[in-house]
Parts: sequence; C-alpha cells; structure tokens
Amino acid sequence: MESGTLMTTTLNRPAASSPAPAKPTLTFRQRLNVLDMKGSPYLYIAPFFILFALVGLFPLGYTFFVSLFDWHLLKGQGEFVGLRNFQEVLQDRFFWNSLFNTMSIFLLSTIPQLIVATAIAAVLDQNLRGKTFWRMSILLPYIVTPVAVALIFANMFGEQYGLINNILASFGIERILWTNETLPSHIAIATMVNWRWTGYNALILLAAMQAVPRDIYESAAIDGAGAFRRFFSITLPSIRPTMIFVVITATIGGLQIFTEPRLFDPRTAGGTGRQFQTTVLYLWDMAFQRSNFGKAATIAWLLFLIIILFGIVNYLISRRIATTGDGRGPGSGARRRRRGESAAPAVVLPAVGPQPPAPAADPAPESAGSAGTPARTNPRRAR
Amino acid sequence: MTAVDTRPRTEASTPGGRARALHRGLFGNGRRPGFLTYGLLFAFFLASAYPLWWSVIIGSRSNEALGQTWPPLFPGGNFWTNVGEVFDTIPFWLALGNSVLISGIITVSVVGFSTLAGYSFAKLRFRGRNGLMVAVVATMAIPTQLGIIPLFMLMRTLGWTGEIGAVVIPTLVTAFGVFFMRQYLVDVIPDELIESARMDGASMISTFWHVALPAARPAMAILGLFTFMTAWTDFLWPLLVLDAGNPTLQTALSQLQSARYVDYSIVLAGAVIATLPLLVLFVVAGRQLISGIMQGAVKG
Repeated sequence: MESGTLMTTTLNRPAASSPAPAKPTLTFRQRLNVLDMKGSPYLYIAPFFILFALVGLFPLGYTFFVSLFDWHLLKGQGEFVGLRNFQEVLQDRFFWNSLFNTMSIFLLSTIPQLIVATAIAAVLDQNLRGKTFWRMSILLPYIVTPVAVALIFANMFGEQYGLINNILASFGIERILWTNETLPSHIAIATMVNWRWTGYNALILLAAMQAVPRDIYESAAIDGAGAFRRFFSITLPSIRPTMIFVVITATIGGLQIFTEPRLFDPRTAGGTGRQFQTTVLYLWDMAFQRSNFGKAATIAWLLFLIIILFGIVNYLISRRIATTGDGRGPGSGARRRRRGESAAPAVVLPAVGPQPPAPAADPAPESAGSAGTPARTNPRRAR
Repeated sequence: MTAVDTRPRTEASTPGGRARALHRGLFGNGRRPGFLTYGLLFAFFLASAYPLWWSVIIGSRSNEALGQTWPPLFPGGNFWTNVGEVFDTIPFWLALGNSVLISGIITVSVVGFSTLAGYSFAKLRFRGRNGLMVAVVATMAIPTQLGIIPLFMLMRTLGWTGEIGAVVIPTLVTAFGVFFMRQYLVDVIPDELIESARMDGASMISTFWHVALPAARPAMAILGLFTFMTAWTDFLWPLLVLDAGNPTLQTALSQLQSARYVDYSIVLAGAVIATLPLLVLFVVAGRQLISGIMQGAVKG
C-alpha cells in the first residue's frame, strides 16, 4: 500500500534480473523486507500488549462486572443488583475497619522505615572498609520471603512464649498482647515489613546520596557548616525525590498487604476481632471463606480506586517536588538554590505498579524536559 | 537526550569516584569513619541477621527452647530431626521444584517479552510509538493483582486450578519490565549500529538477535533477578489456585503454621530450609542484587 511511494528511489534502478517490468514493482524479496521493517516493531510489542490485556486489564474490568451481581463462589452468577454491593460495602463497618488497619499498618511501616533507612544510608555513605559486606548484611532480610518472615516474627511476637515478651518479662515489663490488641498487632505486622524492606530502601537512598556532588559538601564545610548542618541542609534536600519514590513504592505494596496479617494468626482472617484484618485480607475472606464473589469484587474495585487515587496524589506531589527540587524542571526551578547538575535525579514518577516488580517511572519519555532526565525505576515490591 | 550522561553515578562506576570517596567521612566531613560508624554498622548487621539466627537456634532445638527467658546462643542438635518432621508434614521437594519451575518460567517470559518490546520502543520507528509507550507507563500504575477474582474464575473454568500453569499465567508479562528494558536500551545501543546491520542486509529479527540482545544482557540479568525474586516470594495467588497437594514453597511453608498443634521448632526449621535456596542465590549474586537496587534508584 504505502510501499510504492516509499521505495521509489530504489525501484527506479533498472532491474536487470527481472524480465521486462511493465511498472516499477517490488521483487518478492523487497516486499518481504518492507513488511519486515514495517511489521516487526508491532510484532515485538504485540506479545506484551496481548498478554497484558488478557491477564491484566480484562480481569480488572470483569471485576467491575462481577461486582454488579449477586455472585457466589460455587453457584456462580446470580441476579443483577446494580450498585447494591457498593452501597452495602460502603456501609459495612468491617470494610472501613479493614481500611483503617491497612492505613495504620502502612504508616507504621513507612515512616519508621524511611527514617531508619536514611540513617543507615548516611552511615553507609562513607569510605568504609568492607563496603560490600556491610551492604550485603543490611540486604540480608530481603531474601527471606514474606511467608518465612511472617512465620519467624509471629513466633517472636508470640503472646505466651514469644522471644519479645520473654525479654520484656525479664525486665519486669508486663507481657504485651501482640495478637489480641489492635495497636500491638499493627506494630508486630509493621515490624515484619520494616525488617524485610529497610535495608533495601537504605541502598536506594545510599545511591541517591552518592549522586550528590562532593564539592558542595566541601564548600559548605569551608563556610563553617558542621556535619549535622550539612546532613540536614544538603543531604536531605538532595535525596528528597528519592525518598518520595521510596514512599510511592511502599504505598503500592503497603495498601495490598496480605501475607503478613494472614499468617500472623493463621486460624483467623486478621484476628479474633478483626483487629489486624487488612483490606486484601477482607477481600480474600469475603471471596473464599464466605463465598461472596459479588461483594469481594466490589471490595477489589474500591481498593483499586483508592490505589489509583493514591497514585495520582503521589504523582502530583512528586512532580511538584521534583520540579522545585533540583532546578531542572520547567519554571519553578529558580525558586530553589540550584544544587548542581548531578544532584539526585529529578523525576519521581507517577507510577504505582503494584504488580511484581513494582516500579516508579519517568512520567513519560517525551515529558522528560530538556536535560534528558534520568528515569528512576525500581524492581520491587510485592508482598 | 543522548548528550547527557545518565549513567549511574555510584562510586563503583565512575573512575573518579574512588579518589573522591577517599576524602569523605560521615556526612562528607572528610575523615575516615571511626569506631562509632562500625559500631552502628554492626548493630544493623545484628538486626538483619539475628531473626534468622534465632530461627536456626529454635529450629535446631525443641519447643522448650522457646520458653526460656533468654534464648540459647547456639543451635542445638535437633535440626535434622525437625527437618525430617517438615518433610513428613509438607511435600517439600515437590514444592521446591514447583517454585523453581514457576519462577523460572515467569522470569524467562518476562525478560524475553520485555527485551523484545523494550527494544522496539527504544530503537525502532513506528506509528503510534509514543502513544503506546505512554500506555505502558500508565499501566504500571494499575494494580492488576486486584483482578484475582475473575482470574480465579477463569482458571476454574479452564480446569487449570491445581496446575502450575494457573500460577504462571497472570505474570507472564509486566509493564515494568518493558519500561525498564526500554530505558536501558535507549542509551546503550547506538542507532548507527542498528542502521549498519540493516545496511548489511540483516533482517529485523537478526538485528535484534545480534545487536540488541548482547547489549541488553546486563539489564536482562538485573530484571531477571528481581522477577525471579518476586515470583518466588508470591503467596496470595498460588494460595488461591494451588491445593495443598501440589504447592509452591511459600504455600507449603504456610501450612506448617496452620496445623492444629503447632510445634514452633518445626515451623522455624521449615522457614530456615526454605530460605536456603535464596541464601545461596544471595551469596552468588548478592553484588548484582545490590548494584541492581542502587542503579534502579538512579537510573533504570
């Protein structure tokens, strides 16, 4: 079709081998070549889009469809109920309870984690002996799977014979009801998350710290800024985009936390009084224990909307911070002191991919500003 | 875009980094780190390692060790007995095999399709490229894991529940993988190289095979490592579609805790042996893991 116009220059060459071409036509080989050139790019991206549509997008869309019906695990599709499931779930105090628990565990696992990870990164950001050893030692928990982490810590936090209560008791402190009380159970679950992810995030922050040009520190030192002053006025502002990025990836995983609360007390779905039942755990309970697929789909869809909302808010905040952060962004950069070209890279991404290596992405290739902003990606975070 | 050096600026990769690093101390004050620093590092090390060491201790003793106020410092002699109990309770070797197979298939698929699509987005020109790339980036923000209910129904309709295929299918491709490979390949392969291969009459696929693939190898290794880790640690989905008779390592391990009478020394022995495969991977590929995380933070 378009090949005729495209190839004219080559075609005008007298084709010696082909007998008497009445008009400039392509040889079979050339046609094949054009087809190869035009078609291959689509062929290469097709598997991704087809598979993603089938196993990613379609199920999500179908979840909404299911949420509009009475739908039983075994009996299947029932009567169409419109938005009644949504109405009921939104009035369901267990749903709100699960959201509260999820948020509480999320905050307890994100804030301390960020602080400790920053501290570890600052300690690692020195001219250490045995650098690789120390880095590996803080990453060690990452290779323990969430299931194993949950088994280990569920025992450590055991109310009767757990390590932590034993130690507390030996100091004369009363035993804490780690599984039966709300806040202690949230702390215990957050501890599992923190233990596994703090070292990982420390390495990300360490990379950001190392991207800060050293001469800035030197000139600050000459100007009389002490170590702590330098940390708070140079290091922290420089790694802020990375910290936002860490928070974003933590959000994606954190809002879908399941394994840890599921195995903290395997006999219940989130505690005897649902004191640590998270939203995905409630979803699982609704679908596979109570066989109510209609409502479970509704919960999934609502959580989906919440995560997207978080993603948008994250994106807006991080874009603001990224553009004011390092002087590369359009316009607003002038407001802040320019920190040098190689300060921690600007863009923190909209991305909020929950699925396995959950990433954060450069908003899009074409929006990458004049300087070719390094994108930040991070293979991470499914729990 | 190509004019700007976007390579990861860790001290390992820049030649000047090592020299610069010599003049740095805590908060960049130029001194060599002292006792305090190493004390802190040792504390972090203990915090990382102790829960595992504690599991080894309890897992090699009996439930009674849990009752002691201060746990023993060293392992006991019951480890193999406990491991034997684990093998009697759960189909450990089957589960291990399943986990290796599942994670392996997912890794090959994700890395293969991501490299192919990432190369296409990074280096080939075609109509709709930018729009489709934006679609990829946007889909990274979609929590597809929440589609488990229809996926479960689908697997049941197909009669695949209980089979490994059911676990593998939902994660055969990831938008992140495509994005990651695209970001890497866009800088790493010079356009001239592809053009000259085409001039020499190489077909598109052989250009991909002989030019792009060798260049993509480091990124493929990193993507593969993290994809494998993610697939290996997954719990919710295999829990839904597999049954206790044909589990993954994670779902099998969780059964130890669900028994009516829980012997924690057996549970922890199970946790320890289930951690060993990744511990081996960590010893072998720990440096790559670290540089993968650190590069990912600065540039994908």
